[in-house]
Amino acid sequence: MSATQEIEFRDAIRDAMSEEMRRDKRVMLIGEEVAEYNGAYKVSRGMLDEFGPRRVIDTPISESGFAGMAIGAAMLGLRPVVEFMSWSFSLVAADPILNNAPKMLFMSGGQFGCPIVFRGNDGAGGQLGSTHSWCVEGLFSNVPGIKIVIPSTPADAKALMKTAIRDDDPVFFMESERLLGMKGDVPVGDDVLLKFGQACVRRTGTDCTLASWGRPVHFCMEAAEELAKEGISCEVIDLRTIRPLDIGSIERSVRKTSNLVIVDQSWSFGSPGSEVAAQIHQRCFDDLDNHVHRVHTEDVPAPYAFNLEQEYLPNTRKICEAVRSATYNA
Amino acid sequence: MPTPTTNENSAHDVHGGLPIPRRATNRPVPNAELLRGWYRELVLIREFEIRCMQAYQDKKIGGFCHVYIGQEAVAVGCVAALKPQDPLVTAYRDHGHALARGMTSRACMAEMFGRVDGCAKGKGGSMHMFDREHNLFGGHGIVGAQTPLGAGLAFATKYEDEVINNGKSSRVTLCFLGDGALNQGAFHEALNLAGLMNLPVIFVVENNGYSMGTSIHRGTTQSHDLSSKALGYGIDATVIDGMNLLEVYHGMKDVVEKCREKSRPAFVDMRCYRYKGHSMSDPRKYRTRDEEAIWEQGDPIGTFEKFILDQGAITHDQIKSVQKEVKAEVRDAVEFADNSPVPPLSDLYHDVYREPWGRYTGTSEPLMYGGAMNPPTFRATREGDGLI
Repeated sequence: MSATQEIEFRDAIRDAMSEEMRRDKRVMLIGEEVAEYNGAYKVSRGMLDEFGPRRVIDTPISESGFAGMAIGAAMLGLRPVVEFMSWSFSLVAADPILNNAPKMLFMSGGQFGCPIVFRGNDGAGGQLGSTHSWCVEGLFSNVPGIKIVIPSTPADAKALMKTAIRDDDPVFFMESERLLGMKGDVPVGDDVLLKFGQACVRRTGTDCTLASWGRPVHFCMEAAEELAKEGISCEVIDLRTIRPLDIGSIERSVRKTSNLVIVDQSWSFGSPGSEVAAQIHQRCFDDLDNHVHRVHTEDVPAPYAFNLEQEYLPNTRKICEAVRSATYNA
Repeated sequence: MPTPTTNENSAHDVHGGLPIPRRATNRPVPNAELLRGWYRELVLIREFEIRCMQAYQDKKIGGFCHVYIGQEAVAVGCVAALKPQDPLVTAYRDHGHALARGMTSRACMAEMFGRVDGCAKGKGGSMHMFDREHNLFGGHGIVGAQTPLGAGLAFATKYEDEVINNGKSSRVTLCFLGDGALNQGAFHEALNLAGLMNLPVIFVVENNGYSMGTSIHRGTTQSHDLSSKALGYGIDATVIDGMNLLEVYHGMKDVVEKCREKSRPAFVDMRCYRYKGHSMSDPRKYRTRDEEAIWEQGDPIGTFEKFILDQGAITHDQIKSVQKEVKAEVRDAVEFADNSPVPPLSDLYHDVYREPWGRYTGTSEPLMYGGAMNPPTFRATREGDGLI
């Protein structure tokens, strides 16, 4: 393993983008406030100074316009990174990002691909109320042609962002505003990439598998710690990408633990969590000691009040309850 | 060359627009060979569309099918004013643009038949014509969706020329849209961005007076003067008579030249008329047969034919032979399409992703369960397909 340095999640993403922009002039960053403001969440801090306004490009508040524009540019051969200040705002760009980007290759019979990265904040947690708290993976994971990356650590964020930029398909990269300030060890150097569809085992265990991605992975780690005190041993699997989905790693873990709890930040109905549950029921029918349990965001719009929002989201308490129930320790 | 696109006959003035300036009158006439080539293209598009309508009725073509009859001069004139390397993107009434751009009638027809020899291997259909070789970036089915794409193509050509190659912006993008797209948000966002970023893109509104069955007056403010839409975004606007090929060509030549030279967007209100319905299922109850008859008197092919005969650029015999040749070509295209195989079912799984599992250039080892992966359920683009 190469040397590491401790940096914030947001800087890991910035480093990935900057390194790729140094490597390839076709890569550029575009979005609201990415340049002169240094990014609404300071992810692109310093990039305007290094790359100038031709490659780090401020747009007006016009998601449908600049998302569609970047897709056109990608069709011609550029490799744009498009920042949505929040994935919640991507909904006004639904047509370009869902109808154009993921279907261009297929619809053109393989003639025009769309090597583009859309990235931004995803998910609730900051008392922003219903319109700004979307977990869009629940919606977008339904669409073939898209790759969806949801990292949980700075090191993964950097390596996966580099893979995303080099990928020839449209990649939706979802960051959590709650994680941007998190520090973590990130390998030094610009040659570390992670392949998509490769889960990571964050903690080994024998009694129950916890499968998650993005911010709730950290809740899973807390829950596993707490449950260990009760004598329940949890294995935590961080999927890292939703499409492609590394169902094999979950399957292997479930064959060992015989129990699965999925922790998914999106709503339960037709979600990545329900997809994982269905696939595991199919693959591990005879290995399971209990049906797959799921912890999701509650099936209501995101509330504003702090206590309601905490109750709305997956949290450590809910995960512990689900694991106890799944392992007949309730 | 009288055409009914001015205000002279208000009952049939579907656009209600301001008078159209004439540009072709005092311009040098292009050489006879070029004129004959354009004539052939006009006739080819017309014949192609007639055969499409028949094939649709014979259920050889499925889905939606929007024919271009009446608007041929727009595609031919606009493409003639471009260079081959200039990107072109359009909406769903796209057969004419594809043929004018150089797609073979075989590939175009086979696409509509849903066959492997179609331009998109039968995966796009009538509304989604793509041709990489001829810089045709689709064929887009959602009204107005192609306008931000057009801005993006222009962004990319300019970026390639100026940022990557440190040169001068050299290409212009032509983005066609219908008058219905004027009312979509995407159009306004695209114009704002193009104006703001000085993108060399020309938005050509093929203003045929109707978005499906809604006349332009019922759906669009300032419909008598569409230039106001562009001026609000700081973009120069031009009105061109789309029923007259020479007007289209000269008008567009000026617009293209300025756009290329100044690297600035442009907007064109291209007044035209579609003789057939919005799609094959449209009985055209929202307009009178009289109105259609008046417009047919100003038919772009008839007008151009008369002009080149008057010019001595073509003889009656040559006209007959062009028509015969074109009929044979389109008949061959239909036969070709009909004989082309349907796509193999395995094609369903191709072209979903270029790289289903991403690029494996990573050097970091997975922490556990490394290596073994499930076989992907989808496959990569077929070998031999060009990468960007």
